[in-house]
Amino acid sequence: MSTWNDPPGGFHPISAPDYLPRPQLAGIQLQRLQSVVTRAYERVPLFRSRLEERGLKPASIGSLTEIASLPFTVKTDLRDTYPFGLFASPMEEIVRLHASSGTTGKPIVVAYTQSDLDVWSEVMVRSFVACGLHRGDVIQNAYGYGLFTGGLGAHYGAEALGATVIPISGGNTERQLMVMADFGVTALCCTPSYFLHLLESAKEMKIDFSRLRVGVFGAEPWSDSMRERIQEESGIRAYDIYGLSEIIGPGVGVECRDQRGLHIFEDHFYPEIIDPESGEVLPDGAEGELVLTTLSKQAMPMIRYRTRDVTALVSEPCACGRTLRRIRRIGRRSDDMVIIRGVNVFPSQVETALLRVEGTLPHYQIVLTREKGLDQMEVKVEVTSEVFSDEIRKLESLQHQLEASIENILGLRVKVTLVQPRSLARSEGKAKRVTDLRNV
Amino acid sequence: MKLKQLSLFLENRPGQLRAPCEMLAAAGIDLLTMSLADTAQFGILRFIVRDPEHARQVLEQAGMVVKVTEVVPVEVENRPGGLAEVLARIEEAGLGVEYMYDFGAASRGGKAAIIFRFEDPDRALAALKAAGVRILAGEELLGK
Repeated sequence: MSTWNDPPGGFHPISAPDYLPRPQLAGIQLQRLQSVVTRAYERVPLFRSRLEERGLKPASIGSLTEIASLPFTVKTDLRDTYPFGLFASPMEEIVRLHASSGTTGKPIVVAYTQSDLDVWSEVMVRSFVACGLHRGDVIQNAYGYGLFTGGLGAHYGAEALGATVIPISGGNTERQLMVMADFGVTALCCTPSYFLHLLESAKEMKIDFSRLRVGVFGAEPWSDSMRERIQEESGIRAYDIYGLSEIIGPGVGVECRDQRGLHIFEDHFYPEIIDPESGEVLPDGAEGELVLTTLSKQAMPMIRYRTRDVTALVSEPCACGRTLRRIRRIGRRSDDMVIIRGVNVFPSQVETALLRVEGTLPHYQIVLTREKGLDQMEVKVEVTSEVFSDEIRKLESLQHQLEASIENILGLRVKVTLVQPRSLARSEGKAKRVTDLRNV
Repeated sequence: MKLKQLSLFLENRPGQLRAPCEMLAAAGIDLLTMSLADTAQFGILRFIVRDPEHARQVLEQAGMVVKVTEVVPVEVENRPGGLAEVLARIEEAGLGVEYMYDFGAASRGGKAAIIFRFEDPDRALAALKAAGVRILAGEELLGK
């Protein structure tokens, strides 16, 4: 079957593993799993001690299902071993470091050997191919370049595909639109909300982007209704791409032309779905938390990493012919993390910031909205008798200090609003700290 | 003599001013004077009553954050230039004024009363007395 967005050649050789018969794929997975577990056991003290506590050896893993006997890795493990404690390669072999925000003030650091970067480029090429891109496409990469994995991950993947890359990075909407029109851009990488903003601005500025064919959108949650809106209003095909720095960055999974779930590149990332409460592995089709194991990572192997993303594995064959299992699009998380403009935000980070300024923790609430396609974060903070002043300038100064403290920790500009004491809803048990009004 | 002023934090939305006024009314507390400072986001209501401790208890029991600060009531000639003269004395004494407002009910006999919030009320009191500015006594303003 061929569709309008298939590449002229029909098939890119690098995508061959997408179509492996399942038994053959399982053989590769088991061999790689045993090898990565051995590597982590020999080189990462935290992992080794956890296996020893359970009386396990790498040789205990004789089948893929036995992965369930291995301990989980969680985000706080990266923080507790900051910066390099989970590295399994000496610095001489590490060629790149990236970082993203952690649960407290310190970021989490991830590392890549040259082989890891090659794997990353490979899965990005396979992602772009799944989205119908090929040589000759002009790809505008509006993901942020820098410590964030989005920019460089998409960049090297697009180059490896043989496409023309415009490394424009994020921001500056007018320049984005000018480049899109003047350079004949056919594909765009950015967050879906930013694309909506570009779309509105393009209409206002009467900019023609009729050559744009494909959007590869990720780094934040978005819904099917948002996709329909994007596709109807712009005429492009909008694909969801999934990834996280701890695993590799973007390129862990991606949609194909059927847009019914994201294929996980299972030859490099082994997916499981677990019950977030009990930790038990759930069968395909059941909803739970996605757990990923990097099968080929060298610098920083992640064994059973708990992503906190809630989804389900789809094992039914896909009409596109790929044998890779899919995950349903991520709708929510099993923890209280939210993603704003590609930045991971935990309420605990906001609490740290408020504490630094006020000394005690006030009641607060995080409100997320989307204005002109851009996520906005507002933190409502109740005024306490300790900080209240009869002078306007002291309260305004408090407000600015709170904003600066939060920006300092999150790297994200937020708006702080002081509110009356006891005006924020109190819930029984666990406080609901985040109100998400983004309608994604 | 210094007076005790109460301040309340108010969000800038409808109904926020009415609520504390109704609470005070229910407790039979008379607002002698008040001033509302506002920004785009919030406001601060400052007011003076005869029994500030009682008012504070009433409002705090209702969950409001109340701040008590000392302010200085200054007598001002009720004629053109009256306020300017007092402000000149304040400036000469090197005193910082945070804000000020009129004690409306006290305007009689050709004299007005202005409530001043100084950075350092004690220093302001001494400096103004030394400069010959008349500071009003509590009884004169609040009645007995």
